[in-house]
Amino acid sequence: MTDTKTITDTRGFGRKLADLDKTAVAPFLALAALFVLGALVNPNFLSIDNLLNVLTRSSFIAIIAIGATFVISAGGLDLSVGSMAALVAGIMILFLNSGAIDGDMAMLATGIVVAIGVGALAGLLNGAVITIGKIEPFIVTLGTMAIFRSVTVWLADGGSIAMKSIAMRNMFRPVYTGVFLGLPIPVWVIIAAGLLGAFILYKTSFGRHVVAVGSNEDVAKYSGIHVNRVRAMTYIIQGICVAIAVVVYVPRLGAATTTTGMLWELQAITAVVIGGTALRGGVGRIWGTICGAFMLEIVGNIMVLSNIVSEYLIGAVQGTIIIIAMLVQRTLQKKK
Amino acid sequence: MSDNPTKAAAVPVLEARGIAKAFGPVEVLTDISLRVMPGEVHAIIGENGAGKSTLMKLLSGHLQPTRGTVAMDGEPVSFAGPVDAEHRGLVLVHQEILLAPDLTVAQNIFMGRELKRGLMVNDREMNRQSAEAVQSLGADIDPTTQISRLSIARRQLVQIARALQVPHRVVIFDEPTASLTPFETEALLKVIRDLRDKGVAILYISHRLPEVGAIADRITVLRDGKLIATREASELQPVDMARLMVGRDMSKLYPEREDTASHQNVLEVQNFDVPGYARDASFTLRKGEILGFAGLIGAGRTELLEGIVGLRTGHGEVKLNGNPVKFKTVRDSMAAGIVYLSEDRKGKGLLLAQDLRTNLTLATLEKFTRGPLIERKREDNSLDKAISDFDIRARRRDLLAGQLSGGNQQKLLLAKMMLLEPSIVIIDEPTRGIDIGTKEQIYKFISDLAKTGKSVIVISSEMQELIGICHRILVMRSSRIVGEVTGEAMTEDEIVVYATGVKINEAELYSAGNA
Repeated sequence: MTDTKTITDTRGFGRKLADLDKTAVAPFLALAALFVLGALVNPNFLSIDNLLNVLTRSSFIAIIAIGATFVISAGGLDLSVGSMAALVAGIMILFLNSGAIDGDMAMLATGIVVAIGVGALAGLLNGAVITIGKIEPFIVTLGTMAIFRSVTVWLADGGSIAMKSIAMRNMFRPVYTGVFLGLPIPVWVIIAAGLLGAFILYKTSFGRHVVAVGSNEDVAKYSGIHVNRVRAMTYIIQGICVAIAVVVYVPRLGAATTTTGMLWELQAITAVVIGGTALRGGVGRIWGTICGAFMLEIVGNIMVLSNIVSEYLIGAVQGTIIIIAMLVQRTLQKKK
Repeated sequence: MSDNPTKAAAVPVLEARGIAKAFGPVEVLTDISLRVMPGEVHAIIGENGAGKSTLMKLLSGHLQPTRGTVAMDGEPVSFAGPVDAEHRGLVLVHQEILLAPDLTVAQNIFMGRELKRGLMVNDREMNRQSAEAVQSLGADIDPTTQISRLSIARRQLVQIARALQVPHRVVIFDEPTASLTPFETEALLKVIRDLRDKGVAILYISHRLPEVGAIADRITVLRDGKLIATREASELQPVDMARLMVGRDMSKLYPEREDTASHQNVLEVQNFDVPGYARDASFTLRKGEILGFAGLIGAGRTELLEGIVGLRTGHGEVKLNGNPVKFKTVRDSMAAGIVYLSEDRKGKGLLLAQDLRTNLTLATLEKFTRGPLIERKREDNSLDKAISDFDIRARRRDLLAGQLSGGNQQKLLLAKMMLLEPSIVIIDEPTRGIDIGTKEQIYKFISDLAKTGKSVIVISSEMQELIGICHRILVMRSSRIVGEVTGEAMTEDEIVVYATGVKINEAELYSAGNA
């Protein structure tokens, strides 16, 4: 509005503090608070083993939520990720069981490629229907959520799809249980996916376009950005992230069931929101998202360790968290 | 409105007593004292950032002053909020459109105070009263139309009609005519005069000085958050107002017109249709020419040009430097060297929640990338250059575009589009909501573009502006190009005749108060 050259130096530090984007810092403060709470509830909580274990278990949601960060930053929403995970896992295992290629290693490698291909295709389906059909993402992905889940149940004949080859299971298992340089493999996958996601979102023109489309679609259009292409691409990225999560998930149990990925969409969206990404689009925070996924798993861990609240209520707690997170986000934004 | 006219004449209905407002350490308004009498139109003028809007918000309960008091009828008041102020008869007509786009005109006008018959809303009565209210503003809008189907100008009229439904003693108009055509403006000024004659006090904020001269009884000038002068309107000519606002002599608003137009056609449009908006449009644009598009709001000017550059579906022959072209998307026309700057800067031009750098390079990111990577250093250099070339005044580089004044937003948008290195620049309402100092800069910039051999199309509802800078003006009416004026014939009267289809003497009657 008016010039503010007259700010005195003594206020410099306070001003810097005030300038810090509170929505960006909030998730990390909340994480620190959870650490304190965890330590109070059970001294074991802060052990490296327990924390690494929690981090490992948060990997599926963290990786999926990285994709969701793209979708939501661009002003979209994907409710189908949980069902998509089940479908991708099912198809991947069916392929691994088919014995189409000689050699277990080659089979596994091809299986991973197949999983990623299926994930990308499922994402493309969401993106294409949303952009070409001009339908609300909420409705489209609600529909594909049902479709993916149903096809998985059909493929599993109502039961589960399990990896048949014991040799292949043993070969695949380290992807979940293995440790490299002191960190579990799934943690490395989170780090890699996070670095790649942050690079794409913050450093490339595509990432800039994602934020522009989420910020204001008209401005993006008038600036010559292919809005539909950008939006569709975010859903493809989401699909690929789901597939990567599946590649980490399948070796854990070696099977996909009709309940695989149940409520993952809730957890992924919650992780994104508590991570500071704006649900209306225009702001994306990859590291906040990962922090959010970690927090969700810690809450579950504390519930298990403490016996104060039944762990059967974990869904209720997570549902409460997303609502509180939205309230906090709104309050912080108002103060800005 | 008062039972006692002598008392009413002596006691200001609304008064500011030494009010000041600070945001954090920054005082944006200092010791403003102001008296608004019943039955007077009191205009507040000043450049963007002078504190006009802040003052209005203080007077209407949207903000609380940090110092000083607001008084009504001589009694100090403290509004709990805008609703409280409304209860006391003080109404603010916002500059921004605050209407529900999916509801009808009547539903919006009566929103929150619906007329009822028993338990049911009385739609028929609300529609009737809405039609009346809108008609009294000189517009003819079907009250059952959805707001989203109306042009910005018409939405503004609906908003004014809505505000005037509240019983009012003081009405504050914040730039009410920024998107109105002369006809609509004239109708609004008439409404304001009627209000005044009924004893209502009017506070009127505007950038359009001739209009202020035509409507105001007294004029208060703000500059840099301070009150510079309050004068009788009869004592001030627009030139004096501008000088007080800017604090320096306004030499000349429009740059010297130079005959930069060559005979070489760069753009030829033949029989172009934009379904629902423009029909059978044909025109040519010459190298170095500044071509104006005049017409009433809704005549189809914006839509025609948007159709040509590929922002809307349109059909027709377009030749660029003699070669037939077809722009399927706006990206195609950008690549061909044509840029279009939307009239809707905030909605279609800039990402208000993003910083200057992001906005500047948004349309040309590929020029700032190496491989997949954006080179922030080069973006920053480009921003430095834009800030100095276009005189963008931002107190900090990391400001968001939404925090800039209207004038600086327009400069940023210009800078953004000029990065595309266009040969044809189409600017829609280049100076809407912009202060005089910046206007002058933008006119100079447009004229310089033409001097360097670029061609410019200016769409504007301010006829004076078109007459001041264009070589030639096309006039549209009801989706068609109905006339062309050039040289000596470029007068408001001539344009109005084409734009409205009204005979000259009738038009004069209308535009008399608007010269």
